[in-house]
Amino acid sequence: MNIIVCIKQVPDTADVRIDPETNTLIREGVPSIINPFDENAIEAALQLKEQHGGQVTVITMGPPQAEGALRQALAMGCDEAILISDRACAGSDTLATSYILSQAIRKIGDYDLIICGKQAFDGDTAQVGPGIAEHLGIPQATYAVDVEVEEQTIHVRRLLAGRFETIEMKLPALLTADKHMNDPRHAGLRGVMQARKKEIPIWSIEEIEADPERCGLLGSPTTVIEIFPPQRSRQSQRLEGDPHEVASQLFAKLRENQIV
Amino acid sequence: MDFSFTEEQREIFAAVQEICAEELKPKADEIDRRGEYPWDNIKLLAELDLFGIPVPPEYGGLGLGFIEWAVVGELLSAACTTTGAVYGAHMLAEYPIMVFGTDEQKQKHLAPLARGEKIGAFGLTEPNAGSDAGAVQTRAELRGDEYILNGSKVFITNGGDAEIYVIIANVAPEMGTRGLTAFIVEKGTEGFSFGKDEEKMAYSALSNRELIFQDARVPQANLLGRERRGFRVAMATLSVGRIGMAIGAVGLAQAAYDAAVAYAPTREQFGQPISEFQAIQFMLADMATGIEAARWLTYSAAWRKDQDLDYEKQAAMAKVFASEMCVDVCNKAVQIHGGYGYSKDYAVERYYREAKLFDIVEGTSQIQRLVIANRLLKEAKSQ
Repeated sequence: MNIIVCIKQVPDTADVRIDPETNTLIREGVPSIINPFDENAIEAALQLKEQHGGQVTVITMGPPQAEGALRQALAMGCDEAILISDRACAGSDTLATSYILSQAIRKIGDYDLIICGKQAFDGDTAQVGPGIAEHLGIPQATYAVDVEVEEQTIHVRRLLAGRFETIEMKLPALLTADKHMNDPRHAGLRGVMQARKKEIPIWSIEEIEADPERCGLLGSPTTVIEIFPPQRSRQSQRLEGDPHEVASQLFAKLRENQIV
Repeated sequence: MDFSFTEEQREIFAAVQEICAEELKPKADEIDRRGEYPWDNIKLLAELDLFGIPVPPEYGGLGLGFIEWAVVGELLSAACTTTGAVYGAHMLAEYPIMVFGTDEQKQKHLAPLARGEKIGAFGLTEPNAGSDAGAVQTRAELRGDEYILNGSKVFITNGGDAEIYVIIANVAPEMGTRGLTAFIVEKGTEGFSFGKDEEKMAYSALSNRELIFQDARVPQANLLGRERRGFRVAMATLSVGRIGMAIGAVGLAQAAYDAAVAYAPTREQFGQPISEFQAIQFMLADMATGIEAARWLTYSAAWRKDQDLDYEKQAAMAKVFASEMCVDVCNKAVQIHGGYGYSKDYAVERYYREAKLFDIVEGTSQIQRLVIANRLLKEAKSQ
């Protein structure tokens, strides 16, 4: 089965800092990595390839330096990589990004399954995967933790709030991978060396026959008004004393705050 | 002159750094506490192709150089010195087979070592033959198409856990070092067994067992190189081993320095962080300077080896300098931590115990100085 994995290069930090003047993410001095959920997507694709054969193609849309993330994916064991890079892509929101990626996927053509990470580490929107499926008109299953492929059918176990759901879809389909899906492998040295030798084609929006009006800022109805780090409003309080006393103090507090 | 790594090297080291930070370092204390040979780490190293770095691709390796082998060893040692030691000792079996083995021996023994399917060990040291390699008493006698080995080896790193051993025995004891001969001995060979696992000051998880040969029957096909050329095999192996030991010491010293430089600003005494005191600053400066000097001396030895230049003197210099530097740096790291540095709650306590090994193993610091001085005097004479 042929699988396409969509990845994103993100800054290597959970502690995102924002420039208060420009309202943009500070990326200087922060190394870039593959979005962690996308590593789960890659691992899922590689495992399916090991079980069923076929080829894993990894794609990303980004500036030329996003090639680094693709090389890492190749080092992990993906067969091919394609970079979609064009000035016209700059400023794309999730709608434009999912459109651009879907056009690239149309150009690749021969696929049974598309896997994305469930969301990006920096933006956390979780919209690009579902958007791609909508643009392509194929079924989708988000937050996948387990998959099984039988002929042209895929069974997906999804992790939802407080429960699991198992669904069945016809291929071709799209999945978004949850971090509980697997434990992504590390790239071996042989993989790193082989990845260096592979050519990574760079596709422009013209090559994927994307409508420039639907790409980049032009194609992005979303406007970012303000961007700010979450306020840490969590307060902690330590109760001390003998367990009985602490228990009744805790109960009193819970009642006071109308939690019980 | 160029002191920078290539892009490929940087990518390789970044991949190794990733597993060091995510997999090896977090488990290092636990490995030391439990004292069990780190099979999980070894399996991981094998999966990532770390056991065959300088081995030619036709024998399962990556065909890279000893520079890459050394830098990877440094990273491993900094993350988990025990795992670094397994990696280093493994090369002591790979290297002599790679250099002195026949094609058949390489296919049969080197390839599984390079792929990490089997672990290797090197057996030279005996109860009465350490620094004095010529005093080896393990005897080998050719009978029919087999060599019969009798004797014992001690302190053998990976001993018992390794499956492929390069053993130095003597076919003509009356000839001293000129009777020494190298053999490949497989675990499971009739008459080959394991004795005591040494209890050591550190490296409780590293096996250092006695190897016992009682009429051990080694096929003639396992003769490594030629008869009575074992001293050369041993010396060539030890030279590479010296680079391995030197870089292991650099890695460990780096870990100790990293711990000290992170701790000093967090510890307050007399109303300010101790890193504000010159006494501490000078220690940190000396530590970092020593590490840097030892690192580049060791890299230069590995680079010379890769360039096919004579490197024995540099390897011995690197070994003695890096080992003594490492003991000093780990001592200072404990000192900067004060009482906490003496506690097992802090890794520097373990680093301090681990450091001393480098000063002794694979040619003591004193033997290294003899090697260096012999070379210097020879060079002076030939000029």
